[in-house]
Amino acid sequence: MASSYSAKEEDGQRAGAPGPAGNANSGKKPDNTAFKQQRLPAWQPILTAGTVLPAFFIIGLIFIPIGIGLFVTSNNIKEFEIDYTGTDSWSPCYNCAQNYSWNSSTPCRCTLPFTLEQPFESNVFMYYGLSNFYQNHRRYVKSRDDSQLNGDLSSLKYPSKECEPYRLNENKPIAPCGAIANSMFNDTLELYYIDPNGTQTLIPLMKKGIAWWTDKHVKFRNPGGSNANLTAVFQVSTKPVNWRNPVYELDSDPENNGFINEDFIVWMRTAALPTFRKLYRIIQKKNNMTPTLPRGNYTLEVVYNYPVNSFEGRKRMILSTISWMGGKNPFLGIAYITVGSVCFFLGVVLLFIHHKYGNRNNSSDIPN
Amino acid sequence: MLRRRINLLFGGDEKRVDSRTIYVGHRPCPATEAFIPPKFCDNRIVSSKYTIWNFLPKNLFEQFRRIANFYFLIIFLVQVIVDTPTSPVTSGLPLFFVITVTAIKQGYEDWLRHKADYEVNKYPVIVLEDGRSIRKESEKIKVGDIVEVVEDETFPCDLILLQSTRDDDTCFVTTASLDGESNHKTHYTVPDTEKDLQSLNATIECEQPQPDLYKFVGRMHIYKTDQEPAVRSLGPENLLLKGATLKNTKKIYGVAVYTGMETKMALNYQGKSQKRSAVEKSINAFLLVYLCILISKAVVCTTLKYVWQSQDGQDEPWYNEKTQKEKDTYVYLKMFTDFLSFMVLFNFIIPVSMYVTVEMQKFLGSFFITWDKDFFDPEIQEGALVNTSDLNEELGQVEYVFTDKTGTLTQNNMEYIECCIDGFQYRNSDSMSELDGFCVTDGPVSKLQQKAGRDKEELFLRALCLCHTVQVKEAGPDEIDSDQVDGLVSELSQPDEQRGFIASSPDEVALVKGAMKHGFTFLGLENKSMKIRNRENNVELYDLLHVLNFDPVRRRMSVIVRSKSGETLLFCKGADSSIFPRVRQEEVDRIRMHVERNATEGYRTLCVAYKQLSPEEFAVADAGLRDARLALQDREEKLMAVYNQVETSMSLIGATAVEDRLQEEAAETMEALQGAGMKVWVLTGDKMETAKSTCYACRLFQRGTELLELTVRTLEDGGRKREERLHELLLDYHKKAVQDAPPVKAGVTRSWSTANQEYGFIVDGATLSLVMNPSPDTNSSRYKSLFLQICQNCTAVLCCRMAPLQKAQIVKMVKNSKGSPITLSIGDGANDVSMILEAHVGIGIKGKEGRQAVRNSDYAIPKLKHLKKLLLAHGHLYYVRIAHLVQYFFYKNLCFILPQFLYQFFCGYSQQPLYDAAYLTMYNICFTSMPILAFSLLEQHIAIEYLLDNATLYREIAKNAMLKWGPFLYWTVLGIFQGLLFFFGVKYLFSNPALQDNGQVFGNWSYGTIVFTVLVFTVTLKLALDTRHWTWINHFVIWGSLAFYVFFSFFWGGIIWPFLKQQRLYFVFANMLSSVSAWLVIILLILLSLLPDILLMVFRKPRGPHARQLSEGSLLQTARSLPSPRCPTSI
Repeated sequence: MASSYSAKEEDGQRAGAPGPAGNANSGKKPDNTAFKQQRLPAWQPILTAGTVLPAFFIIGLIFIPIGIGLFVTSNNIKEFEIDYTGTDSWSPCYNCAQNYSWNSSTPCRCTLPFTLEQPFESNVFMYYGLSNFYQNHRRYVKSRDDSQLNGDLSSLKYPSKECEPYRLNENKPIAPCGAIANSMFNDTLELYYIDPNGTQTLIPLMKKGIAWWTDKHVKFRNPGGSNANLTAVFQVSTKPVNWRNPVYELDSDPENNGFINEDFIVWMRTAALPTFRKLYRIIQKKNNMTPTLPRGNYTLEVVYNYPVNSFEGRKRMILSTISWMGGKNPFLGIAYITVGSVCFFLGVVLLFIHHKYGNRNNSSDIPN
Repeated sequence: MLRRRINLLFGGDEKRVDSRTIYVGHRPCPATEAFIPPKFCDNRIVSSKYTIWNFLPKNLFEQFRRIANFYFLIIFLVQVIVDTPTSPVTSGLPLFFVITVTAIKQGYEDWLRHKADYEVNKYPVIVLEDGRSIRKESEKIKVGDIVEVVEDETFPCDLILLQSTRDDDTCFVTTASLDGESNHKTHYTVPDTEKDLQSLNATIECEQPQPDLYKFVGRMHIYKTDQEPAVRSLGPENLLLKGATLKNTKKIYGVAVYTGMETKMALNYQGKSQKRSAVEKSINAFLLVYLCILISKAVVCTTLKYVWQSQDGQDEPWYNEKTQKEKDTYVYLKMFTDFLSFMVLFNFIIPVSMYVTVEMQKFLGSFFITWDKDFFDPEIQEGALVNTSDLNEELGQVEYVFTDKTGTLTQNNMEYIECCIDGFQYRNSDSMSELDGFCVTDGPVSKLQQKAGRDKEELFLRALCLCHTVQVKEAGPDEIDSDQVDGLVSELSQPDEQRGFIASSPDEVALVKGAMKHGFTFLGLENKSMKIRNRENNVELYDLLHVLNFDPVRRRMSVIVRSKSGETLLFCKGADSSIFPRVRQEEVDRIRMHVERNATEGYRTLCVAYKQLSPEEFAVADAGLRDARLALQDREEKLMAVYNQVETSMSLIGATAVEDRLQEEAAETMEALQGAGMKVWVLTGDKMETAKSTCYACRLFQRGTELLELTVRTLEDGGRKREERLHELLLDYHKKAVQDAPPVKAGVTRSWSTANQEYGFIVDGATLSLVMNPSPDTNSSRYKSLFLQICQNCTAVLCCRMAPLQKAQIVKMVKNSKGSPITLSIGDGANDVSMILEAHVGIGIKGKEGRQAVRNSDYAIPKLKHLKKLLLAHGHLYYVRIAHLVQYFFYKNLCFILPQFLYQFFCGYSQQPLYDAAYLTMYNICFTSMPILAFSLLEQHIAIEYLLDNATLYREIAKNAMLKWGPFLYWTVLGIFQGLLFFFGVKYLFSNPALQDNGQVFGNWSYGTIVFTVLVFTVTLKLALDTRHWTWINHFVIWGSLAFYVFFSFFWGGIIWPFLKQQRLYFVFANMLSSVSAWLVIILLILLSLLPDILLMVFRKPRGPHARQLSEGSLLQTARSLPSPRCPTSI
């Protein structure tokens, strides 16, 4: 009976108690406040042709120069890209790519000669690029344990479930666990400059500063603190299946070893798209006189460890200078020029229309 | 006797018995050998829904009965069970929030109800038991208890009045809390009950509880030791309702007949059927579209996923192996779970928050109606009342307005104007017209004027004085105070001339006052005898034998009185149509002319007739009436039969004319409504001429309007069969109004030019029933559609002589006609309730005819003139607001989810979300919800004054214009355009992910964050562009939301959150802001996304103050060219 009695409460909009409560709010004059009377002072912008037209011109006038600036900047960025996948038989890395086996103890090396037509001024950034590599696959993206990477000892022993099937190996926890870590890019790239007289000089590559500062210093931490003996700490765990060396042997520099190895950190930041590049090394500018990479002949020495043929991937090495807007990307400049021009053009068209329309308006106003 | 015993035996099963027997004071009556106390429910009021124990399950069950909540629950469960891309938190949290808030609200309301129940149930009352007065808690009252109630107390249950301390065995009550009528109502004790209640031995037989407050049928058997049991009939006048308050009476005793949940008050507290607005239907339609989009997206993705995976090396490359569990899963099951995962990933396209926001908007928005001081009426000290907030936007969509006449168009403030006795006209004496009236003191003064004979005059005036149910306001010195408190108009300053009268109908008061002006004063009713003072200042006494009550079907009332000289007289007054057939025809002709003239002048006319009853006649009538009153079943019908039998072959003595003033600004309001494209139909029970003149006065009909009449009179012209004539007329009118009329467009928009002939249509109740219920033999099934077509092509339709149900019938007919137009009914009386409930929007006027209309309405306003602002300003704004809200919500979620959908093409259809879970969850809750809520509460795209001045603006939103498929398509295309722009814009940027000036690269979460930032800014700025009315609140929430987003992103990415499994967004936002390219692309994309809107805005017609100045000139012109209101009568 009770439920039929108050069937109206379904939506709970209104208590609607019968009796005196029903009349409680009546008999009271509503407050004469601006809010209650919907008379709050308000700014009522009117977007008419008159106000919008200048905006179009202003946008056009601002965007076109920015666009040109971006375009020029982007064009001034030197970029060199070389594919060393080795799918074609003439490629120096063909043999390495074809004869790849996980178990081979001797690394396969290949050498690719290339020529820089223009000298690269200032710092040069060396990237490796992968194509058709789905680092953004869901199963892949989630296959990591950030608390393990943050140095949590219990996560080191008991990695997260998300790391499956790269969580345990022979009943020992994998450190770092997960698919991302397991598939870390492990080609070694070296760059040699060939003097006009034929001598090869190894170009020094800097491996610091390739990862985000916050990642290196906060998000990634070695277990047991910064001064711990990594070998001992990681003893409870085992190396990822596909790795040749355990995580504590990634680098000799203790500041760049274990989880805080920058190559590792860079790899762990999953890419947005299946074709991506990741920062590998930085070639620092030596002095003001000579370009960082003068024009001429170079060779790229690759220790070919990373198989991509099985999923039809490609591997590239990219050399690029960087401007204030980042790497080379003509898109922004073109987009800005286009949008600016469109706005400007629209402004002109609108001005024309408005002129005619306005005239008509005026003529109809006259009889009044 | 046997049957009664059987009834008693089955007394426990009340539903099976149609009457109940109550033993007064639980004393066994001698008639039944065995006293079996019947079981009735106790007097506990339970208005609460929940107890502490069942609150959680019951409340949850009720909440998940709502389809939307259920859908989100399913999504949540899918997320919990299946391995889905987003954590269950993303949809669980909003759902939990919504459910919790609703539960808390409902719990609080229920707690209030518990508290109120407790207060009522524990209220101490005095019950007579075995001769002693015992204090009891109210909830312990049982049916049959004799309860004592003192002055100003409310009755604890429904009581039959047994004894009152007043001499005349009456008591006064107010039913203000039941139906809002604050006047005193008289209730009577059961006749012949003994003074000593202890020795009273009686049973009451009455019907089972039913909710009608004004109906009660019962019978009381009084057993006396040595006599036959006496039987008394019980009616509503003996029943004191729970909730009513005792007034002006020291103390009463009554026996409880209905208790607790069976009282009429409890039975009446039931919900009306829920009305759903057109906007809600649109929302559901759009939801369906979005559901289709959602499902097709999921299907496309699932299909493509398996196509893509079938390629070599894509399904499981060496770097990304499946888990053992995934490998083991059966492929079709896997496909199904993939489909579900995609559904979950895209389910944000149908947001929980939209329901919350729409509900909040409606709930909060309705306060603006209650708060509006323009709706405040100083006379009754009340403002507007909102009974449901579900229909706010419907107020902006009204196409048909059905209005009552009396009390709605007119003030229901009656003033006696003139009378006509025996064919001679008597103007009110103080009107100073050349027609001199009665001389108040000196008897007949007809010098030159022809007058009816003095006998006739006096008979007529006596009739006026006797034939009514008016009470004289008691002006005893001890009661003055309470009278003034009650706020009734008491004119005690001139105690003799200006007496206070109380009556259920203002006509009666006007007539009694009219008679007073002519020298006959009604002094009151005492001990069943009416006292009047005649012109010679002598008091005449008449015994009131019977009152044949007024009812809208008979449209007349009578009294039977016996004068001191022993004559038994029947006086009858009523509508001409109900009197004329019952009097001698030769008398009719003399008076008819006056009646019709008065009617065309807009006066309400009543005819007065009388009849002298011979003792035999009276004996028959008396017996008939008593029998009928005692009948337990079909009492109404039986009474009616007797009434009709008695009220025959009377002689007509005169007619009265009473003026009913138009409501303030009635004409302006009607004109505005018509200007707004609404069709106004007047549905009235009044007669045609009166109603017609009111229509002219309200400018519903203009001089140029051609009236198409379909009434009994036109049907009887030509002397043929009604059906034939009806058919002919309908075809004729149809040809005129529909076929010859210019195309529909001109019919809808009423132009002020005279080129278009305007039609007004008049139909009366009798003809209407011919149309609606045609006899089966005629080929008249087409009548209804013909009739409807004619009506729809007329600017105004007048339906007169309507019974309440016919009003509802008409509303229903229009409501269900082609295009299902939105209807609005407005009325003030009980007779309008049916049409108020029937129409899409029911509006009650807090008028003089009680509160029933108000109680059953969706909105109640004090005056008719408030309707204009309610519709033109509030309705218009609410509609625009909610339409924008709905479209915006769909739009913002479309461009929210579209990039996520597109991302699937670039992540191997792996259901990888583009945005972080926090963004997915917060987008609709925090980042974009407040600006649209503020917009939907505060937006005034056109100033209120301007809306009121230009009624035509209402047409722009007619027919759900803003929620048609056209605008929906625009918003959808805009959403798709922006979604594509966001995704591909950022994708081209990410063709080289080295976006920082230190050469470092961005990952997938940076990608998502850039898209999301653009998204949040774009949708918020899009709303900012649409906002025409920037109050500080708008500024605060729009800029505040954006600031909050930035702040939140910093905060969210600034800490390693221990409870998160993955620190995906750690410093992503900050790093994004350190990249110039990201800034540039964000600015570019926002601007580009808004460009179409800015462009449209330029091309759109300018509005606002600018437009106001522009059109003011033309407005003046239209005002000048308006045909000035010309109606045949001026009121």
